[in-house]
Amino acid sequence: MSNDPTHQFLVNKIVPIEIGGIDFSFTNASLFMVATVGAAAGFLYLTTSQRGLVPTRLQSVSEMSYEFIASMLREGAGQGGMKFFPMVFSLFMFILTANLLGMFPYFFTITSQIIVTFALALFVIGTVLFYGFYKHGFGFLKLFVPHGVPGVLLPLVVSIEIISFLSRPISLSVRLFANMLAGHITLKVFAGFVTSLSALGALGIGGAILPLIMTVAITGLEFLVCFLQAYVFAVLTCMYLNDAVHPGSH
Amino acid sequence: MFVTAAYAQQSTTTEGAEAHDAAAAGEVHTETGVAHEGEAGSGVFPPFDSTHFASQLLWLAITFGLFYLLMSKVIIPRIGGILETRHDRIAQDLDEASRLKGEADAAIASYEQELATAKAKGHQIADGAREAAKSKAVADRNAVEADLSKKIAAAEDRIADIKTKALADVGAIAEETVTAVVKQLIGGTVTKAEIVAAVKASAGN
Repeated sequence: MSNDPTHQFLVNKIVPIEIGGIDFSFTNASLFMVATVGAAAGFLYLTTSQRGLVPTRLQSVSEMSYEFIASMLREGAGQGGMKFFPMVFSLFMFILTANLLGMFPYFFTITSQIIVTFALALFVIGTVLFYGFYKHGFGFLKLFVPHGVPGVLLPLVVSIEIISFLSRPISLSVRLFANMLAGHITLKVFAGFVTSLSALGALGIGGAILPLIMTVAITGLEFLVCFLQAYVFAVLTCMYLNDAVHPGSH
Repeated sequence: MFVTAAYAQQSTTTEGAEAHDAAAAGEVHTETGVAHEGEAGSGVFPPFDSTHFASQLLWLAITFGLFYLLMSKVIIPRIGGILETRHDRIAQDLDEASRLKGEADAAIASYEQELATAKAKGHQIADGAREAAKSKAVADRNAVEADLSKKIAAAEDRIADIKTKALADVGAIAEETVTAVVKQLIGGTVTKAEIVAAVKASAGN
């Protein structure tokens, strides 16, 4: 195993597939996407299979995640946003499971790939754009014209609004990607200190205690970040969907 | 630090990814070999290595699409159903409880009413019994009184009868007595006529 902290983000082909000259190989990233879907869907499916009136502990975990996202979406986008519940719920569960799976040693973290988070962010913004124009037509463009702004400032404000809208997919994807990437690199670097210091003899082993403590602490922090980033992604999705459901309401 | 790096490189990589089709096809062929041989040493920071973008996108679309379908067709209706069933069940139980409470209240009310009517009936029966007893007592007394007064009248009659009889006998007794007294006192006899006259005279006094 290489000591290079970025080695863990390398994509390796498992089953080479090439269609029309484009590489569609089944890679380790693809494997962990499948694992993420399998773990998340399997957990939700098995824990709710008894349909208990009085839930078991695991069933109440599934129910809590359902109600958590449902209340988040209802608060963020109102009752009209509830038609997007499957989308927000899927995004949250997918990202959360992918983040948590990435915490296992030697596992691949698919949310540390910018293309993956960017695709998910584009999916959200694409849905917002599509639904906004489908539902409100050109009225959707009121989104860029806030109420009560003096006419002189209007061009400036509108251009700021447009820029902020366009930067949303970038900020949404980079936030998740960078958090996962930085966290995993930090973990790897501190864990690397432990091994390289302890190779220096007794003094080194003593000195390795500090980075070991750091590694343990950062591991705990990373579990928090895993959940927090999935939550942030879902909350922002709800806010953006609110713009599609109620443009010009802010 | 990583964020800024990401911003900087991202603009170039995403542009590259958008125009991937024809242009990237050639690159892929040449670069995949290099990337594989040199592991991390290919020079490109692995997350920005556009070699695998097409594959990542395809597999993400497949897996996330499948996940979305599973969620929207199976999991969400199921959990929603569980929660709704529970919600309905609780509402139903509350309804049932309030219905039972109403029944209990009605039962208490009807019990109290029964009790009240029973009490009233008891009073009525007691009153009736008292009335009947009173009237029977009055009637009995009247009968006894009537009987007694009849007996009194009969006794008075007898008394009057006896009195008259006795009074009637008084003369005869007096005469006999007088005769006896006179005989003892004077040794002579007195005529009966004289005695009767004398008795009558004294009785007349």
